[in-house]
Amino acid sequence: MLFKVTDAPLSLDEVVRAVSAESQGGLVTFTGVVRDHNHGKRIVRLEYEAYRPMAERVMRDLGEAIMREMPGVRVAMAHRVGTLGIGEAAVVIAASAPHRGPAFDACEAAIDRLKQSVPIWKKEVAEDGEEWIGCGP
Amino acid sequence: MKTHVLYFAVIRERLKRDRDEVELPAGATVGQLMAHLAGREPAVAALRAHLKVAVNQAMVGDDHALRDGDEVALIPPVSGGACCSR
Repeated sequence: MLFKVTDAPLSLDEVVRAVSAESQGGLVTFTGVVRDHNHGKRIVRLEYEAYRPMAERVMRDLGEAIMREMPGVRVAMAHRVGTLGIGEAAVVIAASAPHRGPAFDACEAAIDRLKQSVPIWKKEVAEDGEEWIGCGP
Repeated sequence: MKTHVLYFAVIRERLKRDRDEVELPAGATVGQLMAHLAGREPAVAALRAHLKVAVNQAMVGDDHALRDGDEVALIPPVSGGACCSR
């Protein structure tokens, strides 16, 4: 299983290979891409920062929880840190299962839970200022 | 006892450093450590209500008792939390 934080460009192929097997008939992937706008502001770049060892541990824990909840499912995730430009991938997730239903469910659960609980932070640099994204003050 | 305190994101930026070594009396709790940091650093005081704490990479509450050598991380809100949209 693959759960990693890296400052290198992400490879969708790598997470796909980590979950592929002859038993798995359905394969679903998610890619989180840096977009050019947020709340009406034009975004120049994003800066991601991680508490890396805990982030990898939490990603593994939540991946394993999904695999326990949905037997037969495999999940792999990789998140990038550092400065990312528009169009670059910040996170890639692959999920597989014997049938497509659980694969879709697992992939969705993985990204939703990752965003809730993994200690990775995003600073949004816009044309007129910069801001750490979160639901703080 | 000595704890290794790690700062990230908005806290790291405001404190202008990513870590501190903090000496505490034996048996001190996370809550006591946070009160100490908030007393020293206005940025910590300002964000206190929004900071979670991890000790040795596991989230803990304020009543968690610290031990010598613990790694304590201040965790500001992460993006995509419950109040953020999908």
